[in-house]
Amino acid sequence: METPHKQTQPDAAGKRPKHWLYRSENLPKLWMLQILVLALALVPEFFVHHHPHFEHEAFTLDASFGFYAWYGFLACAGMVALAKILGIFLKREESYYDD
Amino acid sequence: MTTDLAFPPGLILVLGAVLIPFAAERQRLLLLLGLPLLTLAAVWWLPNGSLLQLGFLDYTLEPVKSTAEGRLFATVFSIMALAGGLYAHRQASTLELTAAFIYAGSAIGVTFAGDLLTLFVFWELMAFGSTVVIWSAGSVGAQRAGLRYLLVHLLGGVILMVGIVAQVAATGSLAFTVMTPDSLATALILIGFLVNAGAPPLSAWIADAYPEATPSGTVFLSAFTTKTAVFALLVGFPGAEILVPIGLYMVFYGIIYALLENDMRRILAYSIVNQVGFMVAAIGIGTPMALNGAAAHAFAHIIYKALLLMSAGSVLMMTGKRKCTDLGGLFQSMPQTAINGIVGALAISAFPFTSGFVTKSLETQAAANEGMLLVWLLLLAASAGVFLHAGIKFPWFVFFQKDSGLRPPEPPANLRYAMWSFSFLCLALGVYPAPLYAILPYPVDYQPYTVDHLVSQFQILLFAGFAFFVMLKQMRRTLTISLDFDWFYRKFLKAIGNEFTGLTSAARDEKEEQALAGVWRLVDKLYQHHGPQGMLARSWPTGSMVIWVAALLGLSLLLYYI
Repeated sequence: METPHKQTQPDAAGKRPKHWLYRSENLPKLWMLQILVLALALVPEFFVHHHPHFEHEAFTLDASFGFYAWYGFLACAGMVALAKILGIFLKREESYYDD
Repeated sequence: MTTDLAFPPGLILVLGAVLIPFAAERQRLLLLLGLPLLTLAAVWWLPNGSLLQLGFLDYTLEPVKSTAEGRLFATVFSIMALAGGLYAHRQASTLELTAAFIYAGSAIGVTFAGDLLTLFVFWELMAFGSTVVIWSAGSVGAQRAGLRYLLVHLLGGVILMVGIVAQVAATGSLAFTVMTPDSLATALILIGFLVNAGAPPLSAWIADAYPEATPSGTVFLSAFTTKTAVFALLVGFPGAEILVPIGLYMVFYGIIYALLENDMRRILAYSIVNQVGFMVAAIGIGTPMALNGAAAHAFAHIIYKALLLMSAGSVLMMTGKRKCTDLGGLFQSMPQTAINGIVGALAISAFPFTSGFVTKSLETQAAANEGMLLVWLLLLAASAGVFLHAGIKFPWFVFFQKDSGLRPPEPPANLRYAMWSFSFLCLALGVYPAPLYAILPYPVDYQPYTVDHLVSQFQILLFAGFAFFVMLKQMRRTLTISLDFDWFYRKFLKAIGNEFTGLTSAARDEKEEQALAGVWRLVDKLYQHHGPQGMLARSWPTGSMVIWVAALLGLSLLLYYI
């Protein structure tokens, strides 16, 4: 996971110290960590040859550089967008079915 | 072994469940753990083949038919009953536990059914057992959702029964074997199975009813009904092409609705439809590899979905809250629950070294082997979507996101043990899939751990995760529910019913008034003639009588003369 969690560290100032995950100054670090992990996941693309699944159909996109990365990202972005649009029509108040 | 000893293994749980209400607490735990273990032993002790034939009218019943598919499903159902019993035994009511074990036992009964009548009997028993599990939550919401759930399943049961009767009339055989949905009879049987699988249009019952049960009730419910339907489809309709689009629809339905949802257990309920969609699509592909994939995926899915719902149930039990908008930051005081939830989330997302990775990939690979490019691309997109809607969304909104300020303690020990044991299974099957592959219906010639597969799976999941965090603002939870097909029977038909009641009562009022007016008119007339002033009530003078007598005599004289 992109968000590692660690035990609460004592904080001298507050009574209930904010966990370091929730401190705003750590947010950029978490983003950097995530981007580092993503970059690491792309490194093997330079060495590993992906075997195309549909050679017979003359479809070799899945063996191209970074296919799984951009496909995974775009698929999710598309589904979030679709959910957002459908939500306009489908969402109702929680008490909608109550009598 | 002789056939005299053959006994449907499901009945061990069904009949054993009757003892649960009479057991003291310690014996109760013994029953809850012992009965599933005994069932498991019986499942593996029975040799292959139809072990018991009973005559029924002109037909033969085969209540104990042991097959590779049946054994696989019965095994995971028994394991589920065992862990579910452990999870539930201190907190759940006796009613819930008894119903849950009858429910689990009848699911196992289906997996050993060699004929359609046996299947149907256990099928209906499951519907009643599961309804009582929902009702035992005791709330008004559970009561109503349970009734809606029961009605959907009774409808599915009637469709199935009609199909079975038509099938027997057409073929003269009750045997439960491979069918093709090309006649009305088999099509009705297929529809009956699909209702229980959560196929469209009746998918809403899962997300409607399951989250209304108790924390442990939902864990039981998640395992049996839909996966028994997967079993029935696997045996009855392998390679039925219609199942591919149905499965794909379910896959994306589950993702979209889970993305819109705010209730943590309802998110996981939608994700059941999503996962069963993978299996239904694989059954539609129908090659040995695809069928292996569906069976293996069902096996792994039962375990990690139960684990996810155990984690969610622990949160519900300790906080009393079920909405993402009320939760967050719980990893600080419930680290064990969080870790187990994350293991389940990784497994459902098919992260490498979890059970999802070694099972779901059989299905996508089967689509690729058949040259089904579009199906493969959609399943791949859906795999990313699983991580999005369940793999990250559930742990993120429950255990992380904003700090809700809640600091609940960990759940009681029996809940933690159940979670750890299922976490162990998720990881053990992922690291060492050989035992699971060995009990699949067909020989497995597949190696999930190739560098290519590992790299591509890590990339697709990590970038799906990236999309989640990039679009986090778009996914802010709202206090809403989402319309679904159940709108038709919860609003539309209800409105029609109300309208009908309104119109008919108006018509009835009118008729009533007319009838009443008629009665009053009659009374008025009677009063007019017979009342104090009425003509008929007057006393008649004697003279008029004499005149009339004279007239009559004169008339008779006249007639006589003529």
